[in-house]
Amino acid sequence: MGGIARYITQRLLLTIPMLLILLTLVFLILRVMPGDPVSAMLGGRNVSQELMDEYRHKMGVDRPIPVQYAEYLGGIIRGDFGKSFRTNKPVITEIFSRFPATLELAFFGLIFAVIFGFGSGLIAAIRADRPIDHVVRVFHIGSFAMPLFWLGLMLQVIFAVKLGWLPVASRLGGRIAFTFQSITGFYLLDAILGGDKAVIIDVAKHLVLPSITLGFAQAGLLGRMTRASMLEVLDQDYVTTARAKGLQERVVILYHALRNALIPIVTVFGLQFAILMGGAVLTETVFSWPGIASFLVRSIDARDWFAIQGSVVFIAIFISIINLIVDITYSFIDPRVRY
Amino acid sequence: MTRTLVKGLDWIVRKFSHGRHALRKQTILKVGLVTVFLFLLVTALAQYSWFTPYDPIYYRDAPRLEGPSAQHLMGTDQLHRDVFSRVIAGGKASLLVAFGAVALSMSIGSVLGWVSGFTGGFFDRFLSLTMDAIYSFPSMILAMTLVAMFGAGIGPMIWAVGVVYIPTYFRVTRAEVLQVRQTTYVEAVRAVGAGNVRIILRHVAPNTVNAIMAVSSFNLADAILTVAALSFLGFGLPPPAPDWGFDIQNGQKFLQSGSWWLITFPGLMIIALSLGFGLVGEGISDLVNPKRKRKRI
Repeated sequence: MGGIARYITQRLLLTIPMLLILLTLVFLILRVMPGDPVSAMLGGRNVSQELMDEYRHKMGVDRPIPVQYAEYLGGIIRGDFGKSFRTNKPVITEIFSRFPATLELAFFGLIFAVIFGFGSGLIAAIRADRPIDHVVRVFHIGSFAMPLFWLGLMLQVIFAVKLGWLPVASRLGGRIAFTFQSITGFYLLDAILGGDKAVIIDVAKHLVLPSITLGFAQAGLLGRMTRASMLEVLDQDYVTTARAKGLQERVVILYHALRNALIPIVTVFGLQFAILMGGAVLTETVFSWPGIASFLVRSIDARDWFAIQGSVVFIAIFISIINLIVDITYSFIDPRVRY
Repeated sequence: MTRTLVKGLDWIVRKFSHGRHALRKQTILKVGLVTVFLFLLVTALAQYSWFTPYDPIYYRDAPRLEGPSAQHLMGTDQLHRDVFSRVIAGGKASLLVAFGAVALSMSIGSVLGWVSGFTGGFFDRFLSLTMDAIYSFPSMILAMTLVAMFGAGIGPMIWAVGVVYIPTYFRVTRAEVLQVRQTTYVEAVRAVGAGNVRIILRHVAPNTVNAIMAVSSFNLADAILTVAALSFLGFGLPPPAPDWGFDIQNGQKFLQSGSWWLITFPGLMIIALSLGFGLVGEGISDLVNPKRKRKRI
């Protein structure tokens, strides 16, 4: 166990320079970028240069870049990410109020991806070179070429506009949105805790299309890897041995093959989460989902420096943590890996 | 003189026939190449108004928001324009940005990878860490931030999307260099007195070409999607230029009223082109790694 503790400490220490580099990059990009929060806020309106300069001075964006940088870093160490220029609230508050929405979406997107991707890959591998295998492979390759925002819109057209089975966008239906009280920020959890059946169904219905949209590309990638990995493992001598012993095919696949096939798949899981966050930008935009990704898009539009920096750092920290968890899980799945 | 000419011709013929031989059973690669070539051809031709059935920007005589018909194969939009004409002309930005960005990231990323892997030390460690930081961050979000910084338009988009892919090439080439650096033949060349630049250019770089080729085709497929997404979010070409991503964003407004054709057709084009590049990538991977094909991964 001492090995794992040391490994975690090492990894966390290594994360710090990485975050610092990323933060510095974003910080510099924003300072070099044409336009600042004041010109984005007041630009185009009939405002005198003096007033704009006064605002710049008040916000502290007219000071030398090194001074701003030092002050910002100092703030972060104290857990202060600055205030959003746009909403005038602390950035960290803004992030925490929106992050559960993104996390809920990502969670269900991932569940869809795992069930669909994993299942399809497994079926394709077991029935290799049969018709079902070809169908699945076409789906896998096609999923790479699918623009997420377009998939979301098509799902909206078919299931919301034409068929009317599911809501078009947002997290809650009209009347429920007024009465709904959120405690955790995870609406489905809140709804289940609240116990009102109509609310639970409404929340769940709003989750279906965005989750499928977000999870689709992941499903393809996961399915492809599962298939490849399973085929590789099914070729191994120990699988032949297991079959020769007279074990049932189900046992061979589930206990002898699948466990070993999982190893390379878990590795990419951390990376998948980064892609998932990227996909969240589009999914949240298409479905008017009030998450951190759509917050970031609007902050970029408004040149809201602290909000952009804060969101980027927060997303990066989150992805690092996920990666760390994945790497630790790895040692449990593969006993050969020791830290 | 004649001798050189004959030698040269012989070289070309051998190269060509070798290439053809290699392509013989590569259906995937061929389908991909044909798709990409068709897209290039149609998009290039569609920039001239005699090629498209109606003018994609200025034609305003069609009925408003009408579904597909014999006159307007893919329907018309809210500004009385022909969707089909816009769709076949709308790939310009995607193709230019995709090729430009991949060329940019390939050259910067590979050179950094070669040098970094070859020199090692603090420089290598710092660069690797920077690249890892960029790599682990969602590429879509990074591209968005960069486009906001560089401004809208094709040039800025090439830079924004290009920067995102640099770490991919850096990693691939660096890994390859680390392997090649330790081989006996590099040691031998060094013993003969070759300098670092020569070793990198003549002995290390060629060894990374295969890996770079396959990666770049997959990057092109991904770049098409990224460009479309950026345009969809409003960071792309300014209107009224025809562009798939932007046209889909425009069509989104009329989705509730059931005008499905505005978004369906540009989307299908994006899929087809991205799929074409993806198939080329598959084909090249099979070509450089025959074992992979037999396993039919």
